[in-house]
Formats: sequence, structure tokens, C-alpha cells
Amino acid sequence: MNAVDAPMRAVQRVLGVPRIGWMFVAPNLAILGLFTFLPIVVNFYFAFTGGVQLYPSERPFTGLENLETLFECESYLDPSTCRKDLFWRAIYNTGKFALLQVGLMVAFALITALVLNRKILGRGFFRGVFFYPVLLSPVVVALIWKWVLQREGVLNAVLAGAGASPVGWLSDASWAFFWCVFVSIWAHMGFYTLILLAGLQAIPADLYEAAAMDSASPWRRFSRITLPLLMPNLIVVLVLGLIRAVQIFDEVFVLTGGGPGSATTFIVQFIYQTGFAESIHQYGLAAAASLVLALSLLVLTLLQLRMTRKNLAGGKANGDG
Amino acid sequence: MPENARRICASAVVALSLVVGVAFAGEIRVACYSDGNECEVTQDLAKRFEAQNADVKVAIDKVPYKAILEQLPVQLAAGEGPDIARVTDLGGLSKYYLDITPYVKDPKYWEANFGQTLLWMRPTANDKGIYGMMTQLTVTGPYVNKTLFEQANVPLPGPQATWDQWVDASRKVAKATQVPFAVAFDRSGHRFAGPAISMGAKYFDARGNLVIDDGYKTMAKKLYDWNRDGTMPKEVWGGVGGSTYRDAFEEFANGRVVMYLSGSWQIRRMDTQIGKNFDWIAVPNPCGPAACTGIPGGAAFVALKRTKNPKDVGRFLDYLASEPVYAEYMARTENIPAHAGVAKKGVDYKISPQAKAALNTFVAEVPKLSPVAYQIQGYKLNRAVFNPTAARLGQAIAGEMSLDDALKRIGADIDEQVKASGK
Amino acid sequence: MASVTTILSARRGRGKPDWTDWFSYGYLLLGLVLMFGPVLWLVLSSFKSAAALNEFPPQLLPYGQKSIAVPGQEKPLPLYRVTMPDGATRELAEVRRIGIQATLVDPKAPDQEYKVNIRDRKPVREFRLATENYSEIFDKFSFGTYLWNSVFITIVATLITLLFNAMAAFALSKYRFGGRDAVFLVIISTLMIPPTIILVPNFLVVSELGLLNSLWGVIWPAVATPTGVFLLRQYMLTIPDELIDAARMDYASEWRIFWRIILPLSAPALAVLAIFSVMWRWNDFLWPLIVLSRTEKFTLQLALNAFQGELTTQWHYLLAMTVITLLPVTLVFAFLQKYITTGIASAGVK
Repeated sequence: MNAVDAPMRAVQRVLGVPRIGWMFVAPNLAILGLFTFLPIVVNFYFAFTGGVQLYPSERPFTGLENLETLFECESYLDPSTCRKDLFWRAIYNTGKFALLQVGLMVAFALITALVLNRKILGRGFFRGVFFYPVLLSPVVVALIWKWVLQREGVLNAVLAGAGASPVGWLSDASWAFFWCVFVSIWAHMGFYTLILLAGLQAIPADLYEAAAMDSASPWRRFSRITLPLLMPNLIVVLVLGLIRAVQIFDEVFVLTGGGPGSATTFIVQFIYQTGFAESIHQYGLAAAASLVLALSLLVLTLLQLRMTRKNLAGGKANGDG
Repeated sequence: MPENARRICASAVVALSLVVGVAFAGEIRVACYSDGNECEVTQDLAKRFEAQNADVKVAIDKVPYKAILEQLPVQLAAGEGPDIARVTDLGGLSKYYLDITPYVKDPKYWEANFGQTLLWMRPTANDKGIYGMMTQLTVTGPYVNKTLFEQANVPLPGPQATWDQWVDASRKVAKATQVPFAVAFDRSGHRFAGPAISMGAKYFDARGNLVIDDGYKTMAKKLYDWNRDGTMPKEVWGGVGGSTYRDAFEEFANGRVVMYLSGSWQIRRMDTQIGKNFDWIAVPNPCGPAACTGIPGGAAFVALKRTKNPKDVGRFLDYLASEPVYAEYMARTENIPAHAGVAKKGVDYKISPQAKAALNTFVAEVPKLSPVAYQIQGYKLNRAVFNPTAARLGQAIAGEMSLDDALKRIGADIDEQVKASGK
Repeated sequence: MASVTTILSARRGRGKPDWTDWFSYGYLLLGLVLMFGPVLWLVLSSFKSAAALNEFPPQLLPYGQKSIAVPGQEKPLPLYRVTMPDGATRELAEVRRIGIQATLVDPKAPDQEYKVNIRDRKPVREFRLATENYSEIFDKFSFGTYLWNSVFITIVATLITLLFNAMAAFALSKYRFGGRDAVFLVIISTLMIPPTIILVPNFLVVSELGLLNSLWGVIWPAVATPTGVFLLRQYMLTIPDELIDAARMDYASEWRIFWRIILPLSAPALAVLAIFSVMWRWNDFLWPLIVLSRTEKFTLQLALNAFQGELTTQWHYLLAMTVITLLPVTLVFAFLQKYITTGIASAGVK
């Protein structure tokens, strides 16, 4: 520490106390600059070049060609009419997945948070139970469920025991999609449950007291007190969940590899496949696709900012907050 | 133990080079993947080489096949990677190869013994360089669960039987023994090419461009129908996405499939994992109207341009290519030799009778290989047709698109990839 | 507090559980089964031998086939339960199998051989933990190396993360300098950037820096976590400014203030970030997948992924590897669960 102290004092003399803040923030900014912002700029350049070379200087400039390839469709609603049908399938799959997964996950997280908010035995233990899968790595999560869902796995064994015939869970398109949603919810629900739980616990008890005095029904209590006061947390959870859902990759990649066919191929896997996994690397196309992804995420985040601001403003208007 | 001490030293060296970022002079790295035990044997031979050549260190990196397929090309594009790599996409990576003609003792020896296969590694037809050494000659062909045939009391079809006859027989066996599936193919355009060529596919048009013709379409329709009607397990071709490689070894090893189209590189794996659980045999490639062929291939140790020790690379490959060493390599890995001299003398395989019989069947397939098979295997951009074959037919089998759409898409994909590589 | 309890229990009807209680406990029990069940099944399955794993339907507990020493044979022979032609069942040891015919002998009277169709015999089982699944992976697959790589990356990255993020959080919470808010926004905005967008260019950058195939190539890009900065900043905002002013009056340098005052005071938040960082780095997948291609550099997650393609037949090894990979995180969870859950709760309440 002493070694750092002397040079820091010197810098301090030069910059003055307020500006030494820059020194402290510098390492973080440097890393972000080098490994986040610089690549973003380069990625922009990649999206407008073609060829299979890795080095930007060796790539021929092709302008909007990559984006044109991606968007070349007779009908945007039918991926099979598109030149890059896999890209559009991935987009629709991702959209479907994001809406389904986030909707269901937030619903379950809410129910779980409400249940955990009650006075029950072993509350801390159960809180941990739901949170445990969040700690597992996506590869482990996928392997756990792959093992359960195998054609000769335990789920089919239970079915066979009950007299039904075994199902190829991961080789049927709709079931594979379902399981991707399920496994994703399984692995992440606990995190959002905790956020909602914290929000629930922050609601002052006297509000419920007052409602009890007015003999309000449980549903009224929920819709008039709980829901509005929980709204900021719900918005956070929804948007965070959406942002993560749109970027789903790791679990699904290991669980289904994008199959069967392209039923569970999502946008990030498309980017990975186009740029890395295929033997003919189309870096430019991958970069262009990632631009599309970035744009949609930007929209989502701006939406969140607007909604939070609106919610806060709304709250202020009602006299709370 | 000297083994551990060396490992510790090697780790220290690697750690140092991480900090300093300098390649250790006199050391060559070999990226190796195993079908069975190729990398262990290579490591063994490398140690002997080191003992004879004290100034060179050979480090063998054992990597999964996936890494060779997916990560090695990106590494090489970035100017990174090993000095030697065991690869299967011989043509596709040829722009990274190093011509070791100046570094080997006798280039004529190489020409005489590896002539045919040296062609596969050359970037252009007029090139005369030596770029690597085939570690095996592989042939694709079917394996059959003979025990099931016996239990079902169905006779094995003869050597001239067609694909339809084999599939019929397998269906009967599957029904009688209550095995879920009759036939399985590895999910690979390379595997598919054998039966396709037998059905009349030529893969190239008159001008030498890749093309999808009637023979290809006939075989594609068969594959599609067999998957849809339950003859073949849908999970293999339709179960994963993109052009991901997936073999059907598990299905065959677990006795869930009667007949399995794969190749000679699986022999050792069959021996070790199936062993005596049931009688597995290799059978000659079934026939179609045009041929009864499989596809030749194999993995080669290729020398890479980026190496800083080309002389040592040449010496090591020379060592591996010498007749006694190569013969030992073949015997221990249970592979078919690509070395003409070794092939002529015959290899003293010390393997189970089952494996020996299978190997002999595959060796007998070599003369029957169609010239189209050699052509497509040697073509630099064969991935441009192999990958979409797996990807698009897989989509059709999974029910995502019709077979006609899939065939159209394959054509479009080929054009796109060929164009992209040309830029 | 007491009034809250009264209210809550009053809602349920005095002392008597009503439907909401049943629902709650039922839901929690279902949650327990769903959350822990698959993991337990994984652990149980990892102790089964390869042959047992191939069975369908799978047995609950790990079993191995019994083998018995027979006089006149070098190695113990596998034991089968055979249905004899007369209908009785006997336990016989198998000498060999050719085609669909097996030759078995009675271990007590090994001279008489019985020829039996393989369909008429069933293996005799006993409870056995296949611990060789675990020991063999260390021999065959240099599992120790992958473990070391994961540990190294996790620990080093966490230490650097703590330092860099604390410094940045300190600057953003306790200083007023031009552009401070902009910097904060910029750092937070990177949360919105998915790693995939910058995959290929990032690969280029790392490659140019010579960090490809180096554990440092995984560590450096990961240490500037915006969540960490946010978390620590939230906490540091609550540290009273008077402490800092007092220290300044004593002519302490800013660095000293940071190191000697701020850091110790931020210990709880640092602990939470440390736990998060350990979790993130241990579980990192996509980025190491791109950067590390030499097997000796693989982390546990990469090794698992690579071998799950190679070893689709060899689930017994794969399962054992998976269990080992999830063990450290499970231990962290078991002992530090409270910190983790409170940490997330406090981060969520913006």
C-alpha cells in the first residue's frame, strides 16, 4: 500500500482532490473501454464488411449488404420466404420465448414471493431452496435436465410406470421449446423472487392494518395495496427478465443445441453459429445480426427507463414516495 | 515420477510464457483429437522422438473434435494456434499450411508412399508441396448388430445387396427383436455422400462447380422418408440444430439400432465400449444404381505456417512417417494405413478378432471407392455442401420445412458459402 | 412486529389453518421437490456404473452386477438368474457368450455347463456405489487441470474485481468532478450490452493483446462489472462524509482514505460482491468458450461442454464431472446463503 501511496499523493497534488476521482474510476473505465466500447465500434465496422477474414483491414467494405441479406424477405411474417430463414426463425423463436418465459417466470416469482412473505416455518430455508438453481452454471443446469429428459431418463420412467408411453422430450419441436422455457424459469426464478420479496417486505404493515379495519377482502388488499406498491420492483423484474430472456444462449445451447431442426435456435445462437461455429465464418453477417439485437435491447431499456420514470411520477402524484 | 516433474516444469514454462509472451525455442505444439487412442499413441511416439532428438520438445494438446472443428479455424485466422494439428477439413484449412518439403529428409519417399493423399492437402491442383501426413485412411461404411439378426432369424444380405434390401432386412430384424429403429446414419453430410454417390449423385457439374443433382435428391428423399416413417431415429438428424455433428454411436452401442452407417475410425471405440456385449460386424457398403461406395477420408497431421520452428516440425513429421513408426502407429490405433508401403506389407494388428474382421472389411472397400468419392473428399470447399446437407435435411426431418424447400435451400446455401469463401 | 403477526394470523382465522396455509405449504413442498429433485437425481445417478445407467426404467439406487469367484476360472464371473427349461430359476455364472447363446455354470458345481439363450437370463444385482466414476475422470481427463483453471480465474478475477469496482464506486459516490454522472451512466449502460454483440471484435482485441488461450484473457475483460460498481456505490453513499472530511483534515491522502477507511467500512457490500463474482466467474461459459481453445486451459464449464459432445455414450463420467462442478457453488450456497439473499434483496430495492 505504501508503494501506491506516494505516487497517488503526487497525482493528488497535480489534480486536486475533486478530480482525483478520475484516478479511482480510471482502471474500471479502461477495462470497459478496451473490452466493451472499442469492440462495439469495431463491431459496427464489421457489420458493414464482407468476406471471411478476421482482421478488419483485410475485409472488403460492402456497405449495407449484410443488413440487406438479413432483411431480404418476401414476407417478414414467414421465415421460410426469407433468404436468411434461420435468422428470422431465431427472431421469432426469441420473441416467443421472451414473452412466454418472462410472463410465466414473473408470475411464479410473484406467487413464490407472496408465499414466502407469510409467517411460515423454515422461511429462510425455503428462500434458499428457490434460489439454489440460480447459483448453478448454465452448463450444469442444462446437463441436469438433459439427464432427466433423456429418452431413457427418469421422467419417461415415471411415465412408463404410470402406464403412458415414453416421449422424446427433446426431439419434438414443441416439447423442446417448452422445456427450454421451463428450464430457464427453473434456473432464474429464485433471483427475481428475492427482489420481489424484498419489495413486499418494504410495504409498511400499517397499511394492511388499516385495510383489515375496513374489512377489505384479500383480493382487494392485494390489488389496492400490494400491487401498486410493488410496481417498481415488478417493473425492474420484468425488464431485467426480458433483457436476459432475449439474450438466452448458454442453457439452451447445451440442452438442445438449437434443435430439433431450428425449433430452439435463438438469436444469440444464430450469431454464434454464423460467426464461429460454421466452418465458413461470416463475421460480417454475425456482426450485422448482433446490431439488430443491440437495437432491440436498447429499445427495451429505454422502455424501462420511461416506465420507471412514469411510475415514480405517478407515485409522486398520489402523494406517496 | 519424471512424468509429474516434467508436467510441473511444462506448466512453469507455460506460465512464464504467459507473462513474457515468447514461444519456447525448440518446442512444437501439436493439437490432437482422438477417435480412439490416437493422441495417447502420438504422445508415446513423441516421447521416443524427444529421446532421440534432445533439442526438441513436443507437446501434445489433447482436444475434443469439436475444438478442431470450431475453434482451430478461428485461432488460425487470428494468427494463433499450434504448430501441428490433426484435422479432417484438409482442403478448407489449406491456406494455413506449411510446405515441409525443405525440412524433410526425402521428399520422394513422401511422394511414393503418401502420393494420393498429399493431393488432398494442397491448396491448388498444380501445387507440389508436402503439407502433412495422413494419420489414417478412413472409409465410411455400415456396421451391423449380427446378434440381432441371429435372434430374428433373418439372413444377412449379401455383398451386392442394395440399400433398400438392407433397410428391409433391418426393418424385419427390428420388428422381430423389438428394437426401436432399423437404421441410423451419423448426422453428417460426409456420411451421407457415400449412399448419395451410390444413388448416382455426381456432386460436381461439367464445369467443376458444386451441384445438387437427381442422385443426391433420390438419396435425400430416402433419408427423409426413413426418418419420418420410424425406420431411423429422428433425434440424430432432426434432434440438433445447424450443421452440428452428431454421431449415432450411442444408439448402436445400446442395441437400439440394427444397422449403423459410420466409418472405420469407430472400430477401436466399438471394441472398447461394445466389446463382447453383442456381435458387431462391418459389412460392405450397400449398392445403388451407380455404385456401392463409401467416402474415403481421414485425419492428417498438418504443418502450420505460423510455426516458429519449421525445421523441428519437419523432423517430427518425418519421424512419424517413417515406416516402422507408422506401422506401429497403425497397429496400436487400429486404423487403415495411408502409407502405401505399410499397407502393402500389411499391419500386424493386435486386436480382437471382431475388430480385425471389421478392419479387413473396410480395407476391402478401398478399391471399390467411386472416383466421385475421391473428388468430393479432395475438394477444398466440400464443407460448403456437407454442412448444409446436415443442417437443411435435419430441418426437413424435424418437420420444419418440406423436403423440396430443404433441397432448394441447400442449393442456395452452397452458392452463398462458395461466394463468401471466394471473396 | 407483534401487531403484524396478529394481523397476519388474524387473516388466517384464529389458530386454525385455512386454505391459504395449505396452499402455501403445498406450493413450498412442490418447489422443494422441483428445485432439489433433479439435482439429487443427478448425484444419485453419478454413482451408478455405466451399464446400470443404460437401463430403462432406471433403478432408484445404484446397483452393480454381482460377480462370483468360480473354482477353475481366473477372474470372477458375472452372476445371472436363469430360467431353466423345467421352470425353476437358478443363479449361474456366465463363462462366455457367443451370438445369442450364453454358456453358464453353477458356481458350486462348475463341471456342468448350461447353454442358455441370452433372453432367458437376468443379471443379479447388489447395491454398489460406482466411485470409480469419480476417480477415473481425474486419471483420464486431466480433471485436476480444469479444476485449477476454474479456481485460478475465479479467485484472481474476484480480487481484481473487488479492487477496481471499489475504486470506481468510491469515486462515483464521494467525489464531485465534472462528468461524474455521465461516467456513472456510461458504466451502467454497459449492463445493457450483451456479450454476444461484441464477441467477434472482443476476440480480436484479446488476440491482439496476446491474451488468447491465456487465463488472463478470461480474467481481464470480466473485472469491470457494472453491477459491482452499482452495488458498492449504493453502499458507499451511506458512509458519512464527515469521516472523510476528518481524515482529510489530518492530511491523509485520498488513497489512504480509500484504503484505510472506505474499504473496511464497505466490508458487507464487498462480501456480497465477492460472492457474486465467485459465482459469475465460476459459471462463465460463452466468453471462455471463445478465448480458450487449448484443453489444458479449459475451465470446468468448458470441459463439461466439450465432453458432453464427446461422451454422449459415457454418461457415467459426465455425471461425475457435473457433480464436481456444482459442488463448490453448492458449498458456498449452504454456508453463505443468508448473505447472498440479503445482498440481492438490497440491490433490488433501488
